[in-house]
Amino acid sequence: MYRYDQYDQQIVDTRVEEFRDQVKRRLSGALTEDQFKPLRLMNGLYLQLHAYMLRVAVPYGTLDGRQMRMLAEIARKYDRGYGHFTTRQNIQYNWIKLADAPDILADLATVEMHAIQTSGNCIRNISSDQFAGAAADEIADPRPWAELLRQWSTFHPEFSYLPRKFKICVIASDEDRAAMRLHDIGIQLVVRDGQIGAKVFAGGGMGRTPMIAPEINDFVAIADLLSYVEAALRVYNRHGRRDNIYKARIKILVNDLGAEEYARQVDEEFAGMKARDIDPPAAEFDRIAAFFAPPAFDADAPDTIDRSDPDFAVWLDQNVRAHKQPGYAIATISLKPVGGIPGDASAEQMDVVADLAERYSLDEVRVTHSQNLVLPHVRKADLYTVWQALRDAGLAEANLDLISDIIACPGLDYCSLANARSIPVAQKIAQRFADLDRQRELGELKLKISGCINACGHHHAGHIGILGVDRKGTENYQLLLGGSGAEDVSLAKITGPGFDEDGVVDAIEKVTNVYLGARQDDERFVDTYRRLGMEPFKEAIYG
Amino acid sequence: MADFLYYRDDAPHEEPAVTLDGFLDQANASAVRIEAGEDARALLPHLERLRMIEVSFPTFKDGRGYSAAQILREAGYDGELRAQGDVLVDQIPFMRRCGFDSFSPETPVDPATLQASLDRYDQVYQRAADGAVPVWKLRHG
Amino acid sequence: MNILTGNDLKTGDVIWWTGSDWSRHVEDAADVGDNGEAIAHEEEGARRVNSPYVIAGEKTDKGPRPAHIKDRVRALGPTVRPDLTLKPADPEAGSWVI
Repeated sequence: MYRYDQYDQQIVDTRVEEFRDQVKRRLSGALTEDQFKPLRLMNGLYLQLHAYMLRVAVPYGTLDGRQMRMLAEIARKYDRGYGHFTTRQNIQYNWIKLADAPDILADLATVEMHAIQTSGNCIRNISSDQFAGAAADEIADPRPWAELLRQWSTFHPEFSYLPRKFKICVIASDEDRAAMRLHDIGIQLVVRDGQIGAKVFAGGGMGRTPMIAPEINDFVAIADLLSYVEAALRVYNRHGRRDNIYKARIKILVNDLGAEEYARQVDEEFAGMKARDIDPPAAEFDRIAAFFAPPAFDADAPDTIDRSDPDFAVWLDQNVRAHKQPGYAIATISLKPVGGIPGDASAEQMDVVADLAERYSLDEVRVTHSQNLVLPHVRKADLYTVWQALRDAGLAEANLDLISDIIACPGLDYCSLANARSIPVAQKIAQRFADLDRQRELGELKLKISGCINACGHHHAGHIGILGVDRKGTENYQLLLGGSGAEDVSLAKITGPGFDEDGVVDAIEKVTNVYLGARQDDERFVDTYRRLGMEPFKEAIYG
Repeated sequence: MADFLYYRDDAPHEEPAVTLDGFLDQANASAVRIEAGEDARALLPHLERLRMIEVSFPTFKDGRGYSAAQILREAGYDGELRAQGDVLVDQIPFMRRCGFDSFSPETPVDPATLQASLDRYDQVYQRAADGAVPVWKLRHG
Repeated sequence: MNILTGNDLKTGDVIWWTGSDWSRHVEDAADVGDNGEAIAHEEEGARRVNSPYVIAGEKTDKGPRPAHIKDRVRALGPTVRPDLTLKPADPEAGSWVI
């Protein structure tokens, strides 16, 4: 994975001192909260329901053991012994003291980490495929492209006060594990005439007005990538709406102009960009790419697995995926134990994951947008040992992509924007479907819960989505069906009137029963929904 | 009198700025003020007679002026480029990078804080109008 | 009753105006009547509180109770982590929120 050189380290270290100075000015009164807010947000520091919250960037979701151990250490030293992995592949801490924030950033900088641009109206952490570098179906590792974009976007002087936040995602396979087309800019690497280039989508997003990003360019060469994205951002910075916060994302601009007209304006802007020498030479891309060269795989790793332990076999079937290297596998660590808090991990659990990464995964861990962790490079022969260690740490739930593998935002338990709690609903659903055989009978079923319209819990992209709203001071939950954040991307539709907490769990049970009764062949829930439409599900819930 | 910060070698231009519409109507005006929503490109045919362009920042959150400055500098404008309005001390380094070389902030700026802020970063990751050499260039010459 | 609340500038702790000072316990909250905004302005200016705001509440046997669930969650702590709330030993604390 990427390692900082002197320049990268110097920039991150300087950022720590800059933020230390900004915090000092806030505490002395030289900065009002209004003036400080955009500064702290650009460093991922929020004022949440109970305390300050710090969001730490995990660039394109990749970590090593040393970094994971530092995340654990921060949880212990400055927080209350745990952290929350987010749908943007980051981690956030819920109980931070303002005066500690500069010291936390200083600790992070010692392991080449930071909180730069994890919030604010700027270009956020670049997200990517959690299986990058390991997936059997990728055409290349997307992370060098993401790292190129990370550096370019860091403290970009022209794009630090955009109309609204801006999220970029890079993937390199047809299977979309990163919700690429629900990003402000989505990039899929493709091959044309033997060359790799970027297929670019723009104007996707969730929130109040969910939209799927249309394609704006079918092939941008690596040599033009940064100038093309710079052009795309400039059109947005100049013409994105600033009169209404709910219409300020690029999706509204692209939708209002039409994808073709937006693409034309980007092309026009791009024509002038090339003269500016924005794009680094091929040697810089090669330098970055060298960090992502395939690790030292054991060429003699045996390709067989002893499945004699039945509990292990279930986990194997559910949480382990094909690796491009024979003898290796990709293991997903579920952070969704039944009754637990989706995405939360204790400091001790993070330490366990760090150890396992170092010993059994060529020192790599990934964070997924589904709020799970991944050991991307595990020898098949080591899987049983890894599973036993995970089981002992409460990390071996065999529920990847099943109904209890729920994405949930922090909701009203932690978030000042939320209208309703998300976590208790996730817990009740997981408990209702706790029987793993029943979950596996239901098959792939992506359930996603947001506690407000901002949709951090991706409810629009759930096969089943839940949106928490405030109805006259009480929590109410709307049910949505038919969304997907994957390559079959679609937006979920609301079923009808909302429910209370228990009511929405009952309604979910009813729609899954409709599916079990009506499915054909190996249809997933969402396939049956697409074939039948909303009616039979609605009938079962409200009829 | 609010602060005025000036980073040019020549003397500040004294002629009062006219509005964009006024400027386009007046063949001899040499100073113009553009509002945040106005198109800086409308000035491109007239750059040779412009000595001062003032760009308005109605709130610090409105970042359109950064692109306006970049566009003017990319087009070769080398006269005074002034940021006026809700210009905060922590933003001035970014504004300098985009090509602003004078500032008329509505609220006074602490000179020591500003200087520290301008001196802070030795390295940048990307090209901008200030001509600073990005680290990829330093890495590869 | 009207309650004034905010967060401690340094620690971020949720705090409540007692009439003369700030407390972490909503039980200590005073009725600020129509003076909430004025107190908030002065206390924020003195950096004794961050982002203060006035909320409606009611007087109950157990002390002041914020009218809105959001401020009740703030008063107690996350309902999904009773161990991290201000009343870790009180199994009924969660029902006060809902």
